Amino acid sequence: MAEKILLIDDEAEFVETLAARMRSRQMEVSTATSAAEALQREDVDSYDAIVLDLQMPGMDGLAALEEIKKRNPQLQVILLTGKATVEKGVQAMKMGAMDLLEKPADIEELTRKIKEAGDRKMVLVTAASEKQVKEIIGSKAW
Amino acid sequence: MNRWPLKKPLFWDQGASGADNDRPHFDFRRIWKRAVVLMLCVALLPLLALAWFDYRVTGQYSENEIVLRTDRLVSNTKRTVAFFLEERQAALQFVVREYGFADLNDDRRLAGILANLSGSIGGFTDLGLFNAAGRQIRYIGPYALKDRDYRDEPWFREVVAAGSHVSDVYLGFREEPHMVIAVKREKEDGSFFVLRATLNTVWFNEQLAHIRESSFGDSFLVNLEGVIQTPTLNHGEVLDRFPLAIPPYAEDTRVVTVQDRQGRELVMGYAYIPGSPFILLAIGEKAELLRPWISTRVMVVLFLAGAVLLIVLVTLGVATNLVGDIYRADRERATALREAARANKLASLGRLAAGVAHEINNPLAIINEKAGLLADLLTRAGKEPPPKEKLLSQLESIHRAVARCSGITRRLLGFARPGEIKLEQVELAEVVREVLEFHGKEAAHRNIIVGVEIDSELPALSSDRNKLQQVFLNLVGNAFAAMEDGGHLYITGSRPDPEHLLITVTDDGCGIAEADLKKVFEPFFSTKSKEEGTGLGLFVTYGLVRELQGRIRVESMAGAGTRFFITLPLRSKENAETGEEHHADFTG
Repeated sequence: MAEKILLIDDEAEFVETLAARMRSRQMEVSTATSAAEALQREDVDSYDAIVLDLQMPGMDGLAALEEIKKRNPQLQVILLTGKATVEKGVQAMKMGAMDLLEKPADIEELTRKIKEAGDRKMVLVTAASEKQVKEIIGSKAW
Repeated sequence: MNRWPLKKPLFWDQGASGADNDRPHFDFRRIWKRAVVLMLCVALLPLLALAWFDYRVTGQYSENEIVLRTDRLVSNTKRTVAFFLEERQAALQFVVREYGFADLNDDRRLAGILANLSGSIGGFTDLGLFNAAGRQIRYIGPYALKDRDYRDEPWFREVVAAGSHVSDVYLGFREEPHMVIAVKREKEDGSFFVLRATLNTVWFNEQLAHIRESSFGDSFLVNLEGVIQTPTLNHGEVLDRFPLAIPPYAEDTRVVTVQDRQGRELVMGYAYIPGSPFILLAIGEKAELLRPWISTRVMVVLFLAGAVLLIVLVTLGVATNLVGDIYRADRERATALREAARANKLASLGRLAAGVAHEINNPLAIINEKAGLLADLLTRAGKEPPPKEKLLSQLESIHRAVARCSGITRRLLGFARPGEIKLEQVELAEVVREVLEFHGKEAAHRNIIVGVEIDSELPALSSDRNKLQQVFLNLVGNAFAAMEDGGHLYITGSRPDPEHLLITVTDDGCGIAEADLKKVFEPFFSTKSKEEGTGLGLFVTYGLVRELQGRIRVESMAGAGTRFFITLPLRSKENAETGEEHHADFTG
């Protein structure tokens, strides 16, 4: 199954190159060079993983993360940053980021994380559906 | 030259020059000198004034005391002498009135009277009775003077004329100095007789010796002609002429200052003894009389000299210690500042390193991805080799990213070179642009609008590029720290006069409270939290601007923003500052 991912980074060159590499790893990749642009997409919910740069002009990574999690808590966000601090990492984790990787990141590790994110989303979605089903069954009060 | 009895103090050769943080802030030698002069003035002037005043007053007092003492002695002695003479004159008057000529013209009777007089009031040597012709018809005494003719003696003529007479000292028939008192009595037949007594001059000598014993030099009697009447210590023999001028007549006692032949100053007290031809003289050498006071004066002067010496020593000691303490405190302050500035520099370097890491990480990430992509192309594309153009364009991207990295490192090197003033031609606009490049990313991230308005006509500065960069880095860093996201920063450059450039750095950040405005250039003053600021940024900036011979001032309003004004000379003087290392601070 091909993971569907969204890459958000203000460095266009970086984001395009990374996208090319991801595509060559059989992923379905979309890109955006700002958080605002990414959040405008109607298909945000459909991504298995969102790879997000922490420092961007305008809305920065943490603000974007908050917004994404608000929209859909099941979305898996992997933060990618050139300037990682423990505080930022902890804060990001608390806000629901799946992981935080430092630039320049190893492509294989990133791929692994993305697959993990896809699995995790699958589990969450499945669990949510089961819960829904159970609720429906429960409400009939058989 | 070794002016220091023990050791030259450390501060002596530490003058103040320049405004470097590491240099002494004070001219210790001047402080020391001023302290010494001031303390000496405060301590010595009253003391010396008091001593002088006391000297004057006691000197005057001593002289007055001498005059008073002389006056008292002379007056007393005068009264005694006058009384002595009057008493004896009165006694003789009584005798001639009580007894007639017939009674007195009898040796036994006369001897009895002499014995009675000597026994009661004393002082008589002999007694003689004279007829009107001047012949001594009766004589009781130790000399053979009976029947002598006194008709032509001066005293006889005086007593005949005046009725009574006190003579001065003369030799007479007995060829010995003596003096007489004579009284005349009219007889019933119209003629007269005279009773004469010779006075014992020993009594006078005793009285006058009494004055001498009271340590007042010499005292004696002279007659109106200036002939010495009683023994003197050193003014001549009896019947010699008194060597100094006879003072003019005065009814009461007088004290005058005269000079003797050797030019010595003498204090002379004198009194004309009434009813006699005598003048009482008391003569003392002034220097001798003032001796007690002079010895006191020597004591006072010695004491004064001792006190002055003590005060000078204490003053020198206190001033030296005091200035030494200030010097040590100043040294400690300078050391502490140096340490703090070093710590600040390290902290700044740490912050800079973090910023640089981020800056460099972005192009590195691109390189990483490009290299990865190339690897992917070469390994994953299958049998078909990837098109050459695609590979080349990737390599081109890598080169661009590498160029970006080296741009960053080059900038870093430019900023990391502290040290001596090195004058070169510097374009203000260029320096500002370089500095702003550092903050370009942050400005973009935080939507901070940076405006630069530097007159393109401005000539190049002769200044130190590195230090100028540090100044702007600090100010721009501070402005960025003060501003919210979306703030505005304006940098302007102009030329208010031919010699100077004026640069303003204005932000619309949080501003500085009025109370803090005066302190912003002080070391360790910071409104930032502990982690963010060392409180040395503006202090260091101030030092840098001063090194560049410029001035910096600040205007600010809390909540509205801050504007720094920097005035720099177009031509800095190279020798104005020594090579003391200055401390780069990149964020303040």
